[in-house]
Amino acid sequence: MNLRLYARRRFSNRMFLTLSVAAAAFGIAWLAIILGTLLVQGAAAMNLSIFTNPTASAGSNGGLSNAILGSLIMSVLAVAVGTPIGILAGTYLAEYGRHSRFSVIVRFVNDILLSAPSILIGLFIYELVVVHMGHFSAYAGAAALAVLVVPVVVRTTENMLLLVPNTLREAAAALGTPRAFVIRTVTWRAARAGIMTGILLAIARISGETAPLLFTALNNSFSSTDLNAPMASLPAVIFQYAASPSDEWHRLAWAGALIITLAVLSLSILARIFESKRMSQ
Amino acid sequence: MADVALPPSRLPPSLAAALRSFGRSDARFRWLTLGAAWLVLLIFIGIIASLWQGAWPAFRTFGFGFFSGTVWNPVTEKFGAFPAIYGTLVTSALAMLVAVPVGIGIAIFLTELCPRPLRRPVGIAIELLAGIPSIIYGIWGLFVFAPFFQQSVEPWIIGAFADIPGLSTLFAGPPYGIGIFTASLILSIMILPFISAVTRDVFETVPPMLKEAAYGLGCTTWEVMWSVVLPFARSGVVGGAMLALGRALGETMAVTFVIGNAHHIVTSLLAPGTTISATIANEFTEALGDLYVSSLVAIGMILFLITFVVLAAAQLMLRSLEARSGGRSQ
Repeated sequence: MNLRLYARRRFSNRMFLTLSVAAAAFGIAWLAIILGTLLVQGAAAMNLSIFTNPTASAGSNGGLSNAILGSLIMSVLAVAVGTPIGILAGTYLAEYGRHSRFSVIVRFVNDILLSAPSILIGLFIYELVVVHMGHFSAYAGAAALAVLVVPVVVRTTENMLLLVPNTLREAAAALGTPRAFVIRTVTWRAARAGIMTGILLAIARISGETAPLLFTALNNSFSSTDLNAPMASLPAVIFQYAASPSDEWHRLAWAGALIITLAVLSLSILARIFESKRMSQ
Repeated sequence: MADVALPPSRLPPSLAAALRSFGRSDARFRWLTLGAAWLVLLIFIGIIASLWQGAWPAFRTFGFGFFSGTVWNPVTEKFGAFPAIYGTLVTSALAMLVAVPVGIGIAIFLTELCPRPLRRPVGIAIELLAGIPSIIYGIWGLFVFAPFFQQSVEPWIIGAFADIPGLSTLFAGPPYGIGIFTASLILSIMILPFISAVTRDVFETVPPMLKEAAYGLGCTTWEVMWSVVLPFARSGVVGGAMLALGRALGETMAVTFVIGNAHHIVTSLLAPGTTISATIANEFTEALGDLYVSSLVAIGMILFLITFVVLAAAQLMLRSLEARSGGRSQ
């Protein structure tokens, strides 16, 4: 037995495994530091007036209520528009056009849209909506977010429908059920938990998006529910406040960041619960 | 049952009407889903068309000089994209340089070394972190990382590398805190969970039999990872890294706060610079004049082209992996 070779192999094994543990510790430590700072700074700035008062000039006890409301309104609109489109397109890819050439192209384009820089979606909606309407508006913001919702929902819907066993479809078809009816009452129902997961992930994704809102919904210092006017959103206010010199605004930015992170994390955890429910089915 | 197979003309009228209406609603639903699929395609075409339309005045005015021009001056209406392209490429490359080895290290740790009870929680934590919005990384970078970097790390780097040719120009002072290097590090932290999550998923598709066979021959854990798992998972790991690169190239909020938004090219990585997305985010709403707006859309178009190439390559690599593993598993 070649002991020197053996010792060298053992040494390099030890060394590289130690390096990989070090890499893991290093990476996880940074992520823990970021979350820790966010929790400490955000919790320190948190109080009830953040949820009740709208944004105001520094020193006059402003909150974030209009920004929270704006984010909610635009997210709800975006999901209401984007989800049906996403589910229908995903259904086409999985049910009707599973092997067609057209589907290959749509799948490819959808995956590109899924990871395309979100700021470019903002530019697209700016050119398409803002330029033609002549002003920034909550409609434009919601449209930009809807464009971000669609690819996520398409992807998960298609994947989930593909997991539905073909025997279910065949059994329903053998009863003489029309195809559209099979899809709506059998396959959609079987894939319900998975599709729900996709929608939750899409909401989680748009609730923290800043870049596409900057020049579509812009921002608004006042409480406004007018969809045809600029509207504040939590990420846009954080962006504005963090860049300002005011300490009070910095604290509000931290509080807003904590609210967004908690919302995103709870949505992702909810999505996981749906996912595990699907697995146990 | 036999009735259904008869020609509609010989069916009782009520049944024939019901069948026809089923047929119509069936066709309607099919067209509806096809329309939605077309809409996805139209969004994509719309993005290209609108960016091209918006960018055209800038391309027409500056020609190919737009790509190589280094002046970005709104006052004299002279715009060149090179500093922004340079910043985008350099920050992304540096971020990948840090994040890829560390991300793969985390994936190796998770699949081979982590104690079994910890494996799932740590894995889930990494996946959750991949979903944290980038603006969180941005404000953490601005308020916590940049000041710390400026006071503690940068002076040390500048001092340590001062006498080494090459490195002394790359890491020349003064310590601003914000700059290309800071932005790269924050980007790398941001794409880290993404790379580790994808890599871990790919590692788990490696058949246990292959690994067991290698262990049976007496390979060490590292040898199994390096000679069996990594070659098997190569296209998936590269595809995942390309997806992460696509994110890094287009990332806006994590970078905008800490890059400094300076349109010039300095050899020192510690100096402020800019990226395409940071330039658009910082200047778009305040841009006056058609040529200024058009130039911003034009650099957006360039960003779109760069990310398209990277993401398309990532798709091809991940697709070949899916084809091999026999299913479209996520």
